[in-house]
Amino acid sequence: MRFASHRDTARVVERAVRRAQLPIAYSAGFSPHLRISYVGGAPTGTASEAEYLELALTEPWDAAQVRSRLGAALPAGIDVVDVFDLADAPPPGPVGCEQDPGRAQAPGSGAPPAGRLGALRLEASRWEVVVPGVTPAAAASAVAEFLAATSVEVERLTSKGLRRMDARAAVVTLEAGPRGTDAAGAACATLRMVVRHTTPAVRPDDILTALRQLTGLVPSSPALVTRLAQGPLEADAHAGRTPADQDNEKTARLAAEAAPVAAPPVSANDQLPRGEQGPGTDQRAREPDGRLPECSRPSPTIETPRPRPAQPASPVH
Amino acid sequence: MRGQYPKGMSADSVYSRLEPLLPLVRKPVQYVGGELNSVIKDWDAADVRWALMYPDAYEVGLPNQGIQILYEVLNEQDGVLAERTYSVWEDLEALMREHRVPQFTVDSHRPVGAFDLLGVSFATELGYTNLLTALDLAGIPLDAADRDISHPVVLAGGHAAFNPEPIADFIDGAVLGDGEQAVLTITGLVREWKAAGRPGGRDGLLLALATRGGVYVPRFYDVSYGADGTIGRVAPNRPGVPRAVAKHTVSDLDSWPYPVKPLVPVAETVHERYSVEIFRGCTRGCRFCQAGMITRPVRERNIGTVSDMVRQGLEASGFGEVGLLSLSSADHSEINEIATGLADQYEGTNTSLSLPSTRVDAFNVTLANELSRNGRRSGLTFAPEGGTDRIRKVINKMVTEDDLIETVRTAYANGWRQVKLYFMCGLPTETDEDVLAIARVARRVIQAGRQATGRGDIRCTVSIGGFVPKPHTPFQWAAQCGHETVDARLRALGAELRANRSYGKAIGFRYHDGRPSMVEGLLSRGDRRVGAVIRAVWQDGGRFDGWSEYFSYDRWVRCAADALAGTGVDLDWYTTRERGYDEILPWDHLDSGLDRDWLWQDWQDAIDPAGAAEVDDCRWTPCFECGVCPAMGTEIETGPSGVKLLPLEIVRSGPQ
Repeated sequence: MRFASHRDTARVVERAVRRAQLPIAYSAGFSPHLRISYVGGAPTGTASEAEYLELALTEPWDAAQVRSRLGAALPAGIDVVDVFDLADAPPPGPVGCEQDPGRAQAPGSGAPPAGRLGALRLEASRWEVVVPGVTPAAAASAVAEFLAATSVEVERLTSKGLRRMDARAAVVTLEAGPRGTDAAGAACATLRMVVRHTTPAVRPDDILTALRQLTGLVPSSPALVTRLAQGPLEADAHAGRTPADQDNEKTARLAAEAAPVAAPPVSANDQLPRGEQGPGTDQRAREPDGRLPECSRPSPTIETPRPRPAQPASPVH
Repeated sequence: MRGQYPKGMSADSVYSRLEPLLPLVRKPVQYVGGELNSVIKDWDAADVRWALMYPDAYEVGLPNQGIQILYEVLNEQDGVLAERTYSVWEDLEALMREHRVPQFTVDSHRPVGAFDLLGVSFATELGYTNLLTALDLAGIPLDAADRDISHPVVLAGGHAAFNPEPIADFIDGAVLGDGEQAVLTITGLVREWKAAGRPGGRDGLLLALATRGGVYVPRFYDVSYGADGTIGRVAPNRPGVPRAVAKHTVSDLDSWPYPVKPLVPVAETVHERYSVEIFRGCTRGCRFCQAGMITRPVRERNIGTVSDMVRQGLEASGFGEVGLLSLSSADHSEINEIATGLADQYEGTNTSLSLPSTRVDAFNVTLANELSRNGRRSGLTFAPEGGTDRIRKVINKMVTEDDLIETVRTAYANGWRQVKLYFMCGLPTETDEDVLAIARVARRVIQAGRQATGRGDIRCTVSIGGFVPKPHTPFQWAAQCGHETVDARLRALGAELRANRSYGKAIGFRYHDGRPSMVEGLLSRGDRRVGAVIRAVWQDGGRFDGWSEYFSYDRWVRCAADALAGTGVDLDWYTTRERGYDEILPWDHLDSGLDRDWLWQDWQDAIDPAGAAEVDDCRWTPCFECGVCPAMGTEIETGPSGVKLLPLEIVRSGPQ
């Protein structure tokens, strides 16, 4: 599924919903379509363990029931990590140092997504990038150079034309990760990064372009990108609840990584604040040189390190 | 010994070599496989292994029913496995050559060259250059004569296989007609040959296929040419090989209800629906239509089978649309019951029903309403094919202009806004007037719509292509109309449509220019000498000839001139020349069941200066003795069965 585009993935989900015979709602109008909404699909060429979508159902169904039916109907390569009713959705955090609506929005940061999925505050993503043919030392040095820069402009050709964006501004953290292996099994470096969701979106590809421009870092073959998590940058367990919804909407989180993990990745679930049941917040994000980020609040949602799932032996689809 | 075969290529998956290339090409997900309902069987546990190919891009090839049916039929058998392969785009082709990655199946990414058989289904002759790419990338010698026991047996199927002579050099055999039973017979012969220690080697297997498998093996027939360039003689050169090779016909399609578990792709494809063939064959006798002629006799599936297939197919796939396929679906003896029954069963589930190919004279409002009950009411399509009553009689499409207008008026009055009309240009005996008349018909259609609805937003689209005479039809002797004439008539039609301001904007006009049709004509009615042209075009870089972005008429003309130099025949000779009764046609030794004299008589009836004779539909009126049923020992199999569909116990999910 790594090579599927967002539209491909959406079609896969639609058909699975129909096969599972979930009581899905349809839109009104001339050409009704299934009421499944997404927030920020991962770019083509990335795998993901943390995609979010929202299903509108016409009858109240138990989240566990939706999870088991949908999980059984989904094809290999895409799995349900969790399903929960948005009425029980974790509340949005109170404004953290970057999200206070009373303050002017930082330039380049997009508004949080509208709608009920917006209540989840998917403001940033954590990515892992395997860079074939690059040594950990070269990666670490490139990372240090990048973080020291105040801005790095890159260009990308989008459907709306050539767009310029500041890759540095969108990056919250960047570090050289543990050793990885490329598709052919050779050892190489990995990068871990937390990138804010902005408009236009800054993708790991853009960060790699920035690294190349700034430091000359070039992988020997295309990098393998995986989204590990999405969530708020800052979290407070007690922010306001979403209003109860007549339709009893559910949210299903999908893992699009093909790895047949024995259990669902615990950390992806834990990373979502669940009110009183939020995970412990001992770990705090730091810059590679040990500095704490300016904001003094802990950020349990993204920075909690999690155990890596076993790499699959067979090729990842 | 099971599992052991002569030194050939390894069967291991090439995915680890393919994956690094995928981010560099367009739409990489089409090469990854992993479709829902794809079947991967244990390689070593199989003793006969098929690679099935549709020689076009994945987005076109995956939904193809023929390949899906054979895929299921073969994989159901113990000890047999079938995987699929499609044409790769040129960006991946270049990388595959550079990195030595062979043509692979999408199921488990095994090299095609490691399979026992490669079955290629040709819906159109324009796929021939793609065949050569696949063979080359697979490491299979292009010339069948150069292959040894380690190479797969390359078989052609599909409608174009009814004249495979242009690709005779490149294929080991061709299977004419229905494939379901034929592939099982062939599988049995391969298994037997292997178990006996491969007697006679590759040649021994091909002989068994030719003498006992109903496979046409070109190498067992010698073709000689006369001084005037026509064929002198086609004769078998081995004992036991039949003089004429008959097509295969499956009776009782209710016993072959495939596909049961349709493939559901991740990548976007041209059809996103579950398709059911509601019948095969056609009884109308339109003189230009090869498909209708070669798929006779008609064999229907009954309403119960259709309903079961739809239910299982939707459960297995999750598609939101069902296509009821055939050559003329409204002709099914139970079509109203089927459409109404299915519409009732799927009420409220947002499942659309579509009925491609509906004849004007079989259309009715009830049917159309039922079809659009659950889904979108998009456009209606009709194919009058000819612009005047006179030319329609010539092609035996008996619908008068008044009937056509009345039908579209009814359609508009019932809420349709868009009507598409298909026509052909270059039909035998056609005059400029016949084509110009299409504009008049289109204007009358708009007029009728405006009157019926009182609205001004009525639209109609005229879509027109060049006619290509096809083998095994009454028009197989006809001279194809030259492209200059076709293009001139199309230009005149376009001008005529635009000329009238009050209708000009309401009528859309889509057409293909006449030149690609000449190439199609060369390939449709070509003989073995045309193989050299195909090879030359391919070596020059010809690929994906069915795609206008890739097709190069100039390349085909140039290569045809070079390859045929000195033979005494050329592109015009194959296309714009009329044939006579006595000429041996390159496909005369391939038996579609139709009586040759009957075809000739029908051709004479069509071009009779006193006016063409009409032939009735043998489903409803007595047999007109085309020869198929006596020759094949078959009969038309139609209903009605008198069954009504019961409601289904399925979850209703409705709007809001």
